[in-house]
Amino acid sequence: MAADALSRVFSALADPTRRDMVARLSIADATVNELAEPYEVSVQAVSKHLRVLEDAGLVTRTRDAQRRPVHLEAEVFDLMTKWIERYQRQAEERYRRLDALLRDMPDDTEGERE
Amino acid sequence: MSTMTHETEIIVDTEVPLVRIIREFDATPEKVYRAHVDPELFAQWTGPEKRGASVDHWDARTGGSYRYLITSDGFEAGFNGVFHELRENELIVQTFSWEGMPDGVALEKLQFEALEGGRTRLTATSLVDSFADRDAFVASGMETGVIEGYKKLDGLLAG
Repeated sequence: MAADALSRVFSALADPTRRDMVARLSIADATVNELAEPYEVSVQAVSKHLRVLEDAGLVTRTRDAQRRPVHLEAEVFDLMTKWIERYQRQAEERYRRLDALLRDMPDDTEGERE
Repeated sequence: MSTMTHETEIIVDTEVPLVRIIREFDATPEKVYRAHVDPELFAQWTGPEKRGASVDHWDARTGGSYRYLITSDGFEAGFNGVFHELRENELIVQTFSWEGMPDGVALEKLQFEALEGGRTRLTATSLVDSFADRDAFVASGMETGVIEGYKKLDGLLAG
């Protein structure tokens, strides 16, 4: 995935309603009406959110089926999560080395300060 | 294990192209700060692997600059930047560049906050000038990613 595509994924997931929709779609496919149910917003508003998720490549809708269920593209979602997790893990590894170093550090610098 | 209770937190901002890392340490701000400005200490913990970095140039004062190299399995990556502002035990504002992409520069702000019990919260913010660069930054893991990228490229070229 190119970096600008990753940006679209990040911004698509910046919205709490869209994050919630993705969480629900991670359990099962759902139609627009099913997705709209728990929210106090119109089906139109939900469709708008879905378009943002679609543009980011996070969800797809089957063209032919009458229900047109929304499907989460788990791979795209996983990839982004993985990148952030890996970044987190690398930072954590570095900081664990720093933890060890800090434990071994004397309380004063060698006489150059008070 | 108290050190396990404060895992690194990563914030990938959606409004501004920045990455923020938050981490707490069981040491005073004086020590954590020193581990960031003393080249011998810094070289021991930074970089992707245990062997750390080799510091080529280091002048930790406002207006000074730094350069260090990370070597792993024969691959070398250079990083450099300028110390823009240093406030002892409180703040480091610096730039950071990977020499493979010298036009790209991150503005880094490291804040050292004293917590109760002689502990420290470090907040490290890296700001770049586009979301594409920021996301590439996260996707590559920067220091780690550059070296990994070289290894992969080498594997590809050899294959």
